[in-house]
Amino acid sequence: MQKIRKLDFWTLITVIMVAVFGIFLIYPLFSLFSSALRESSSGMFTLDHFVKFMSRSYYMRALLNSLKIGLAVTVLCMLIGVPMAYIMTFYRIRGKKLIEILIVISMLSPPFIGAYSWILLLGRSGAVTKLFAAIGLQSPTIYGMGGIIFVMTLKLYPFMYMYMCGALKKVDGSLLEASSSLGCRPGRQIWRMVIPLVMPTMLAGALMVMMNAMADFGTPQLIGEGVQTMTTLIYKEYIGEVSGNGNFAAALASVMALVTAALFLAQRHYISRKSYTTNGARPVESKELSSGKKAVAYIFIGLLVFLSCVPHLVVVYTSLYKSDSSMYRSSFTLENYKKVFSSLSKPIVNTYIYGVIAIVIIIGLSMMVAYTSMRRRNIFTRIIDTITMFPYILPGAVLGITLLVAFNHGPLTLIGTPYIIILAFVIRRMPYTLRSSSAILYQINPSIEDASISLGCPPIRTFFKITARLMLPGVFSGAILSWVTVINELSASMLLYTGKTATMSVTVYSQILRTNYGSASALSVILTVSTILSLLLFFKLTGSTEVSV
Amino acid sequence: MSIQITAEHVVKKFDKETTVIPDLSLVIKEGELFTLLGPSGCGKTTFLRMLAGFYPLDGGHIYFGERRIDCVPVHERNIGMVFQNYAIFPHMTTAQNVEYGLKQRKVDKALRNKKVKEILETVRMEEYADRLPAKLSGGQQQRIALARAIVIRPDVLLMDEPLSNLDAKLRIEMRSTIREIQKQSCGGITTVYVTHDQEEALAISDRIAVINKGVIQQVDTPRRIYQYPANIFVATFIGFSNLFHGTVRIQDGKKQVQIGDCLLPVLRLGNNVQDGQKVIVSMRADDFTCVSEGGIWCKIKSDTFLGQNMNYAVEFENKIAVETEDGNELVESVRTARHFYRQGERICIMPDAEKLNVFTDDGGTSLMDRGDDT
Repeated sequence: MQKIRKLDFWTLITVIMVAVFGIFLIYPLFSLFSSALRESSSGMFTLDHFVKFMSRSYYMRALLNSLKIGLAVTVLCMLIGVPMAYIMTFYRIRGKKLIEILIVISMLSPPFIGAYSWILLLGRSGAVTKLFAAIGLQSPTIYGMGGIIFVMTLKLYPFMYMYMCGALKKVDGSLLEASSSLGCRPGRQIWRMVIPLVMPTMLAGALMVMMNAMADFGTPQLIGEGVQTMTTLIYKEYIGEVSGNGNFAAALASVMALVTAALFLAQRHYISRKSYTTNGARPVESKELSSGKKAVAYIFIGLLVFLSCVPHLVVVYTSLYKSDSSMYRSSFTLENYKKVFSSLSKPIVNTYIYGVIAIVIIIGLSMMVAYTSMRRRNIFTRIIDTITMFPYILPGAVLGITLLVAFNHGPLTLIGTPYIIILAFVIRRMPYTLRSSSAILYQINPSIEDASISLGCPPIRTFFKITARLMLPGVFSGAILSWVTVINELSASMLLYTGKTATMSVTVYSQILRTNYGSASALSVILTVSTILSLLLFFKLTGSTEVSV
Repeated sequence: MSIQITAEHVVKKFDKETTVIPDLSLVIKEGELFTLLGPSGCGKTTFLRMLAGFYPLDGGHIYFGERRIDCVPVHERNIGMVFQNYAIFPHMTTAQNVEYGLKQRKVDKALRNKKVKEILETVRMEEYADRLPAKLSGGQQQRIALARAIVIRPDVLLMDEPLSNLDAKLRIEMRSTIREIQKQSCGGITTVYVTHDQEEALAISDRIAVINKGVIQQVDTPRRIYQYPANIFVATFIGFSNLFHGTVRIQDGKKQVQIGDCLLPVLRLGNNVQDGQKVIVSMRADDFTCVSEGGIWCKIKSDTFLGQNMNYAVEFENKIAVETEDGNELVESVRTARHFYRQGERICIMPDAEKLNVFTDDGGTSLMDRGDDT
């Protein structure tokens, strides 16, 4: 009786979740692949799209560019992020907290603000370019492959840094002492002890960076200038004025999905063989650096943090000064903000409404998925747990195409409605909340639930009164990350929005294209301020500057 | 008020192959403090959780009094449970934790407050009523857990290794607190107590069931479990026993056991033994006296000074001892010992024949005439 009743409620939830994820995640992915294998006009089975992709160097070059950018950015981010994390964790650095807050903010700020600000500085009519020209020098260009790599590295090294900090903090200090006592010199210790111990995390971080670099749409689109990547190609093929070819775009998206899935699986495979758990670790005590090294460390970190913050400063500056087109003179004005609030208020409202709805759904689903996959383990709940993490590695543009292909006809025609944007938000950003929900549930001892039930509280009521209540802090901290990334979402919304459903990030992007730099800046500042406020709330709530991304 | 628990042919399997409890029948009398004692993984916690209702049965029935409860959901069984890690609700104050079960039972506020106040006084926690658990020590949390389980006047109180997370001193203090409260409340709540600590079991219980691999080895009072173990598992699990190969010698109706060359009169040996029967004899580590000759010879391998006692690891000569992983050990009281032995020294001991236990050759059954409760 008890067994059956228990099954009833959670089975019902499981069935609903299977249905929801079946319709909104599995079915779209299925449609994507099936669409990629179909003739555009007749709908017959064909491999033509893939043959076309492989046989023309124009298309293959986009894939190569994506891989090239991904690799270069990953290597650079490791070269910056790993030493920085090492210094910040093992040595005493003043202003550590502030530095970390700035790093997190630059990591989670709108993805294209970097590219946009660097255009304003180093672009054709950029401030620095003009300054250099005035004294007869040529400044380095921001356009092209080099620029893309530069901007992305500045945007993505924080991922590497955050991952490494997390891992280094968990390195057991007594292991290092043990190795010293056995005669290992401090210099060699880094290579023999520290690096091997944090290797799995380093690879996980590298994968994050690489996937983000390859999935970025805004940066190559804005400063690529002829350098085509997979994401810009997908966009171009789908929206393309000449020949909007949905099936070919679907094929491109499939290729992209397969490449990222392969990367992900390779990394998983490696980590499963080489994962060390150190428990009950005593963290390494941070030491004082010698003054010479200290200077180098502070210059290195200071320069990086400054470069990370440049885009925000530029955007704030631009938004507050009167500008005609791209030329701006030094006169302070709030004109841009007035203009934004009078004519571009709709995207702001949209962002908040869609975002809030998405977050509510994300919180509800995450708690249920986390609970069922951990406390009611069976084959279905485990599958749900796995597939809900899938969007984590799916590039936004791929997800955009996937939803377009799946919901552009039939009973579930969602194209052009706000629902499809909310759907993209939920699918894409749920993993953050889901992971933190699972993490906190993992820490809640099941016997607390048992205690409540044994005292006469039925299982379902116990879930809401005890379990859900205890999960809330973890769920909220994850939800804030979901929220921050939802309001900054560009690459999927880019494909899904219409005039009426435009969000802030999409509007910033289109304003930049129209060289309305003033309103673009003002909107960006509003978006950035929303982000920063949310993050400050997050820091306050979790009591630390650690963000697990 | 208090009730009897009856388990009939209870079976528990985890997945198809592993059977944790093959067939367990047991009667726990009303009002008694009954302990399930056994090594980890023996199925004692599993059985307790089946009594609570967290695990469904794969066979058999459980009754609380006349009422069959193996099909009743946990929250309708009216049990009080105390968990190993206390399981205090971390977001509620002491009073709120204790009040929780009463709220589920829709007890009105005035009565609720009165009961909470009373029980907190009983466990001496009244001054911490408004504290959150994070600010309380392990011992204090365990008191709350106990109060929370008892305040609802459960039919049955279930305790799952409640003291194992406390330090040694607190453990002994809590032991008597638990026993006091259990006996006082509602004229004695039928209590099932799980532990792997034999000393704790001996100290706290009215009766003990020793369990190994899901099978009950012996159900008895603490004293009889210690004095008359039912088989060599119990003999070696409770306290330390040296095991010897022996032979029954019956001369002129006088029952004796021969170990090596040493003949020992074992008065309480049962009637069903035969002359020449091979047996296993168990001797507690301190039930012997040193003699100059005529006893059993052994060699001191090492010594450990423990304050009150001196422990010697020894090796018996001529392979008369049953080989076990734990080896053999002798304990002498430091107060009465005439002198200490050195490593390598040979000594001769004479077992205290009255305190020996004799088992069948396979160690499975006691051959003693264990009489009735004494």
